[in-house]
Amino acid sequence: MIERTPLLNLATYAVMFIGALVVFVPLWLVFVGATLTVREINTPELHYITGSHLFENLQAAWARGNLGGRLLNSLIMSLGVATGKVVMSALTAFGLVYFRFPGRMLAFWLIFITLMLPLEVRIVPTYAVAANALWPFQSMLDVSGLTGLIQMLSGIQIGLEWNLLNSYTGLVLPLIATATGTFLYRQFFLTVPDELLEAARMDGAGPFRFLVEFLMPLSRTNMAALFTIMFLYAWNQYLWPLLATPDRAGFGTTAVVELKLLAPTVSTNGGGTPDWNVAMAGCLIVMLPPLLLVAFMQRYFVRGLIATEK
Amino acid sequence: MEKRATFSMGWLGFAFILPQILLVFTFFYWPTGAAMYWAFTLERPWGGGNEWVGFDNFRQIFADRAYWGSIIRSLMFAASTAILSMAFGLLLAVACDRGLKGYQAFRTIFVWPYAVVAPAAALAFRFIFAPEAGIFASLVKAYPEFWNPAQNGYHAMAMIIICYSWKYAAYCFIFFLAALQAIPRSVIEASALDGAGVLRRVFDIQLPLITPTFFFMLVISITDSFQDSFGIVDVMTDGGPGKATELLVYKIYFDGFRGLDYSGAAAQSIVLMLIMMVLTFFQFRYIERRVHYS
Repeated sequence: MIERTPLLNLATYAVMFIGALVVFVPLWLVFVGATLTVREINTPELHYITGSHLFENLQAAWARGNLGGRLLNSLIMSLGVATGKVVMSALTAFGLVYFRFPGRMLAFWLIFITLMLPLEVRIVPTYAVAANALWPFQSMLDVSGLTGLIQMLSGIQIGLEWNLLNSYTGLVLPLIATATGTFLYRQFFLTVPDELLEAARMDGAGPFRFLVEFLMPLSRTNMAALFTIMFLYAWNQYLWPLLATPDRAGFGTTAVVELKLLAPTVSTNGGGTPDWNVAMAGCLIVMLPPLLLVAFMQRYFVRGLIATEK
Repeated sequence: MEKRATFSMGWLGFAFILPQILLVFTFFYWPTGAAMYWAFTLERPWGGGNEWVGFDNFRQIFADRAYWGSIIRSLMFAASTAILSMAFGLLLAVACDRGLKGYQAFRTIFVWPYAVVAPAAALAFRFIFAPEAGIFASLVKAYPEFWNPAQNGYHAMAMIIICYSWKYAAYCFIFFLAALQAIPRSVIEASALDGAGVLRRVFDIQLPLITPTFFFMLVISITDSFQDSFGIVDVMTDGGPGKATELLVYKIYFDGFRGLDYSGAAAQSIVLMLIMMVLTFFQFRYIERRVHYS
């Protein structure tokens, strides 16, 4: 709009500039912190000028937090969750939109209602399920009397057990089920014209072929958006990996969970001052991958956020 | 809306949704059912299954002052983070929406905090607010009582609220900007022709038009503050000092996994679930009115 409002423009720039400062200053202080020595950083004053020990601190954080392995864990988990969510939501939405079968609406609602039950509120029993993923099925067999029946007939005691703790499966599986993704894909499939399916069928394409060669290429932007958001979501997970990887020495955990161990709290080290320089270096390393992802995928990221309301 | 053209093999459709149904059953409905079972029973001390105790577990948590404390703290946390992050997000979105030269660069910067991992942000703010090394360090040297989040519960609470809002304001910004940009240009041009200045348009046209987004953000920021606060609390304060920053989810985690009180933790989970369901229900009512299938 062409208007002359110099004062207001100045005010607008001032607001945006202050906003940018609020975003920048904490990040800058972290960066500065990562460049100092322990002695420098523990002097009681504000440190805003960089020192010269960045690489030493990065190395120290890398070694102390075993970040190589931890970042790999985070990467595998995030890729697993993002891929799983995209595949799972595309398959489910395809089944719901392009087929008619009894219980279809019930299935839709069963999946949709899970939106109300985030992992955090059902964390204790979910942990129990992860300790033995076949517990629900074992219980159903027990209650229905089948276990006893089978034991009587064949002498075999059924004891189903599948421990998911300290495994990638355990980190990924509970996070894969997705109502938002399914909803997003369903909405997208509903906008695809019916004629496309009719034409594809006329040319002899079956359901699999239609899904893979028609719908998937059409939904590329959706897919990228969903993938970016879900990757970030998984990388950000804290409570679940904290619980699902009790074996810190062997399997390890994710980089984000490891971060806390770089700067123990009052309860874990009795109130001593953490090595802030190393902790900030670790902070930088863990922050970087998602920031890069968002920088490169900004368009998809914003689009995905708004579409999934995640 | 329904598709006219579909595939005829219904069983195949069922096969497509089966994996998701299995996952949802195993990791959502079963744990939720288990939580309900635990909430109404008590494990016998020497093994031998659970004993039905009715509403005793709920009576116990509601009689517990520590639980009420964590409810009040959670509500305070939800309200203050919602106000702070929405106010900042909205202000920046309105500024960006004016479309002045170079606003794209600012827009990119304002989105960043959302991409910063919450526990990393928590660690960063813990350092920034550390009495021994951060921005308050020199003030603390002169007046030791001025700032001490390791001892003073209010300071610790302020710290987690600021950290969470810093990150969440970016999220609010994205949604408010999208809503502002969805307002048809013609409406704004028409009012400009009628002589409405920039501020007048903001207050009388743009803000009223995005009230649905505003209410949507309000609900979602409250439910998110219950869920997403855990990492920040755990990294920054461990729920302390004392219990000053013990929010609802942190208490569930603490009672369940450190205290091994499954029944109490389950009862708390059920209460939190009910709160979330009521809030989500409001949100659905709203989404229902907003989403149109063509």
